[in-house]
Amino acid sequence: MRLGKRTGRRQVHTVGGDIVLAIFLVIVGVFMFLPFIYSIVQSLKPMEELFVFPPKFFVRNPTLSNFKDLLLHTNNMWVPLERYIFNSFFVSVAGTVGSVIIGSMAAYPLAKFRFPGSALYEKIIVLSLLFVYNVTAVPQFIIMSKLKMVDTLWAVLLPSMASSLSLYLMKNFMSQLPDDLIEAAKIDGAGHMKIFLGIVMPNVKPAWVTAVIFVFQGLWNMQTDSYIFTESLKNLPTLLMQISTGTVATAGISAAASVILMLPPIIVFLISESQVVETMAHSGIKG
Amino acid sequence: MKTDFKNIGKQIVQNRTLYLMMLPFTILFVIFTVLSVIVAIGLGFTSYNLVEAPQFAGFSNYVRMFLDDDLLLKAVRNTLVFAIVTGPLSYFLCLFFAWMINEFPRYIRMLLTFIFYAPSISGGVFIIWTYIFSGDSYGFINSFLMNLGLIADPIQWLSDTTYILPIVIIVQLWSSLGTSFLSFIAGLQGIDSALYEAGAMDGIKNRFQELRYITLPAMGPQLMFAAVMQIGAAFSVSGICVALAGNPSVDYAAYTIVMHIGDYASARYEMGYACALSTVLFTAMILTNEFVGRFLRKHTNL
Repeated sequence: MRLGKRTGRRQVHTVGGDIVLAIFLVIVGVFMFLPFIYSIVQSLKPMEELFVFPPKFFVRNPTLSNFKDLLLHTNNMWVPLERYIFNSFFVSVAGTVGSVIIGSMAAYPLAKFRFPGSALYEKIIVLSLLFVYNVTAVPQFIIMSKLKMVDTLWAVLLPSMASSLSLYLMKNFMSQLPDDLIEAAKIDGAGHMKIFLGIVMPNVKPAWVTAVIFVFQGLWNMQTDSYIFTESLKNLPTLLMQISTGTVATAGISAAASVILMLPPIIVFLISESQVVETMAHSGIKG
Repeated sequence: MKTDFKNIGKQIVQNRTLYLMMLPFTILFVIFTVLSVIVAIGLGFTSYNLVEAPQFAGFSNYVRMFLDDDLLLKAVRNTLVFAIVTGPLSYFLCLFFAWMINEFPRYIRMLLTFIFYAPSISGGVFIIWTYIFSGDSYGFINSFLMNLGLIADPIQWLSDTTYILPIVIIVQLWSSLGTSFLSFIAGLQGIDSALYEAGAMDGIKNRFQELRYITLPAMGPQLMFAAVMQIGAAFSVSGICVALAGNPSVDYAAYTIVMHIGDYASARYEMGYACALSTVLFTAMILTNEFVGRFLRKHTNL
């Protein structure tokens, strides 16, 4: 089958075209990736190299002093750096686990059963994919303030647990599971919960891995300053914003902070890329 | 399948486990998404400061948008620039790069996918753009241009109103190859290779014809999904503007509706007016989505 694809496509593809494509992609790829390299390089530059003229792209005497300074800088504030990192990890991990549990539990009935209102439910989920969190921020803030959730971690955790994107992706993936698999288990006397945990979830691993990654990315990168005012509850992105709006002297430490911030989502994606792509194959909206 | 309305009660009891499984998500979704839309529409007709009870104010918030809010015009203009320029442009870039990357063998494809996708998931890295475009001679671009002798004095990239919006657009595009891009990558791999073989026999001559007559029509569902995601992102641009140009930016050159709404809500506590603005923003997004959806249904195999 793979061979068939190759011979079939070769007919309309020229070698010259392949080379032009490759060169173009390399140039754009360098542009896309350069800011990451530059961030890492900047974070390793000692103070005197950050302010030489003309500026050099590469670092001559790499040092970790910016990372040490970041620790010192935050030690002078009320809240130590570890606290921001802990908050970021805690919220991201707890929110991701919660979101995947409640999202997959809701995805299974929607994927495999029809009940009064199921079509409407699905339509609303698809429509809500439009509403990125900062569009609903104001009414959400009003609701949170009535529920006394403002300035607690719940304000960040609970809304992201009801992620319609991860529900939608898991539901589409589950729809592809053969009905016979579920019917056979039913005949063996398994209940809905047992079928869900024993058969559905192991078979849709790429879908919930993808949900884990998307929710984690969202929470890890989230600016929480409109909901959280207490310094000891703030996370890394908020700290980075506070540092980078400061004076020029913070150029090195804000590069260090952005390196710490960018690594976890990138590593997580790199490990699970093929599962994410497999899930996204079912991301299309039909009808 | 038709719903059997006579035995609804019995069905619900029979399938109670299924309903219970959906309950936690449904509760949170209703509170934070459905209710927030309803609250925005409702409070849009009131004047409300979060402390006292809301006062019914009729259409006065909506009238005020037109008559008594000069800054809104600027915010709308900038938001439309994003919605009209970066929205479609990043949509086509997602498709274009996904299509090009798909031509390569598996491991190169995975590496390229990673490189193009990475900017969209690294929340903090766009800070580095403030150093690249820094206004003094230590700025990367400035020193580069000065070395070449193209400019004599450093350019204030992020505080000169001619450059602010274009720079924000470039950085926005750089970081916009996200979920839609992955959806295209996956969709392209899922297209049946028999279609391409048949196309080659039917006289398709080059890869552009292949894209136009085979690939795009087969990608309907992905194109639809990506449209929803891009519309959502294009209308709600704000984070990158604040990070690069500050809030308020010089002469409000990178000021958007989401920032305007946030300003009324968090600085002035005029929740009624902020909700009315949010309602207008929802409506614009839903209408755009409907319009794009109709276009795609007509031109692809949906």
